[in-house]
Amino acid sequence: MALDRWISLILLGICLAYGYAAWFTMDEGLAPFMQRNPIWPSTFPKALSVLGIGAALVTLFGLEKSEFKVGDIDYRRLHEYKLGQAIALLALMVIYALTLRPFGFLVATSGFLIIGAFILGERKWHVMIPVGLIAAFSVWYLVSQVLEIYMRPLPGFLLGLGG
Amino acid sequence: MLEGMLIGLQTALSLKMILVVIGGCLIGTFIGMLPGLGPMSIIAIMIPVAISMGDPSAALILLAGVYYGAIFGGSTSSILLNAPGVAGTVATSFDGYPMTQQGKAGKALTIAAIASFCGGTIGAILLMIFAPMLSSVALLFHSAEYFALMVVGLSAIAAFAGTGQVAKAIMMTTLGLIMATVGEGALFNLPRFTMGIMDLQSGFGFITLAMAMFALPEALFLVLKPREMKDSGSGDIKDMRITRAEAWAIAPVIGRQSLQGFFIGVLPGAGATIASFLGYAVERNIATKEEQELFGKGSIKGLAAPETANNAACTGSFVPLLTLGIPGSGTTAILLGALIALNVTPGPRLMIDEPQIFWAVIISMYIGNLVLLVLNLPLIPYIAKVLMVPRNYLIPFILFFTLMGAYIGQNNATELLILVGFGICATALKFADYPLAPLLIGFILGGMLEDNFSRSMQLYDGIAFIWERPMTMGLLVIAAILIVLPSYRARRARINQAGVADGD
Repeated sequence: MALDRWISLILLGICLAYGYAAWFTMDEGLAPFMQRNPIWPSTFPKALSVLGIGAALVTLFGLEKSEFKVGDIDYRRLHEYKLGQAIALLALMVIYALTLRPFGFLVATSGFLIIGAFILGERKWHVMIPVGLIAAFSVWYLVSQVLEIYMRPLPGFLLGLGG
Repeated sequence: MLEGMLIGLQTALSLKMILVVIGGCLIGTFIGMLPGLGPMSIIAIMIPVAISMGDPSAALILLAGVYYGAIFGGSTSSILLNAPGVAGTVATSFDGYPMTQQGKAGKALTIAAIASFCGGTIGAILLMIFAPMLSSVALLFHSAEYFALMVVGLSAIAAFAGTGQVAKAIMMTTLGLIMATVGEGALFNLPRFTMGIMDLQSGFGFITLAMAMFALPEALFLVLKPREMKDSGSGDIKDMRITRAEAWAIAPVIGRQSLQGFFIGVLPGAGATIASFLGYAVERNIATKEEQELFGKGSIKGLAAPETANNAACTGSFVPLLTLGIPGSGTTAILLGALIALNVTPGPRLMIDEPQIFWAVIISMYIGNLVLLVLNLPLIPYIAKVLMVPRNYLIPFILFFTLMGAYIGQNNATELLILVGFGICATALKFADYPLAPLLIGFILGGMLEDNFSRSMQLYDGIAFIWERPMTMGLLVIAAILIVLPSYRARRARINQAGVADGD
């Protein structure tokens, strides 16, 4: 089965779960005065679930004929592309999200930029490190001083916040 | 109208606004040139900056400037490298790149800049004429018509998705609408579909979603498949002048394509990309036999046509946004999201209630086009150097700005994890050829669609509004036709083809 049909199967599952929630669980707690209303909080979601299930079924069973065309990237030969780099960068983004608060903006960001370049195959440390540090500092300066959005620059213990 | 224009002029011609336009155009050109990053990603990345400026006129002017700049930058990389930065400039490379190969890169850039300028400026004049007209009609609309109009818009977007793609586009639109119902709605004041998760109480973040749908997959595609940058001597761009005969040759093309591009841009779902391809095809068909031979080999007409059309279409796509508050494309949907975040609701009352925003945007279009012509064109050889920035540095920065965009708006690190999660889903959808713009448009229109639907339901005590209001009925019929027609035509084409042997 092609990827688009697998995805339509997943989307069908999402729509079914959503539809179940809308049709069978939402109306129980509805206040009596609201029940006389022609529109309930569940009305629109009910309609959407029907529409979504219909569209997912059409794709799943291939009712709408389409010629398959390979886009920019052929997912069936994904291993031939730089998949490792992409996954490593995604992992790096997750690590960045988790370390942004505890490590502070400057440390996390310069680390992200330097390790990101490293993952992509850059080995010129004398360029990577200054570029990462300067970029992190200038973005921090712009965001916190010019746009006036507070971001903790350094780890808490260095700022005397106790971690 | 004249009074409004004067207010707009006053707002747009202040020093701050002019700097904002220039800045927006330059940033747009800069990033638009990078192959693989479309205007939607660039605008999504710029939204936090725009919102933090606090002034809706300035924000919209900045984002509009970024939009034109991105299209212009996209044409530059199409012409110089045969690597279109944005889909709307793919047709530009058909004749632009052959001109570069012939050593006429400077001339090609000038023609592209002049064509863009004319397309954008004529588009802005048409916008000034048609937007107020449409606004006054739209003032007669009730919630029932608004509901129907949004359904038409969403159906048109699905219908333009391409052969065999209609069901996928409808699926994506529905998914966007479903995601919009998560969180606390304004109408009922009770949380829906939050599954008890506090972070979902206020719904999904629109900027996070925009980043995850466009910027992140595009960046990941760049990682997965590095584009080969063919250097075709773009380092020496010289002789940017065009002759009088060439100017005369492209003048009628520019005239026709400004009009055609603008009206295609107004249609929901058909944006700069369709306008540019159609413009190219039309001009090739009506050209003389000898000129037709030149198309694809460096014809100046073939270059001027898509360049005029895509800029006129960009301007045209502002018509439904500013007059109805309904975006017709992914880009204008992102602009709408930014406006809503700034407490401005575009729609027919925008012109009356906040004329300074409405007119300042239109005036800034003229300034933006002028900036692109007089400032960007001479700077192009220098800006083109950005194409030489090594990918190893560029990609971490793109990813970083994507993360920052989602973080600054919410100041919440969970948002970043949501961004990465959605980004992976969006990349998988992109692999399977599911269109992503309908999802975002559905998400942004979802709240309004439900509000208008609910209001009409309450007013008519049920769905009677559909047949009791002829205009609503008519619009819904149009929506149904839009959905059914592509499948019907594809089926008929197949039946016709079935009897014909495959000749090669």
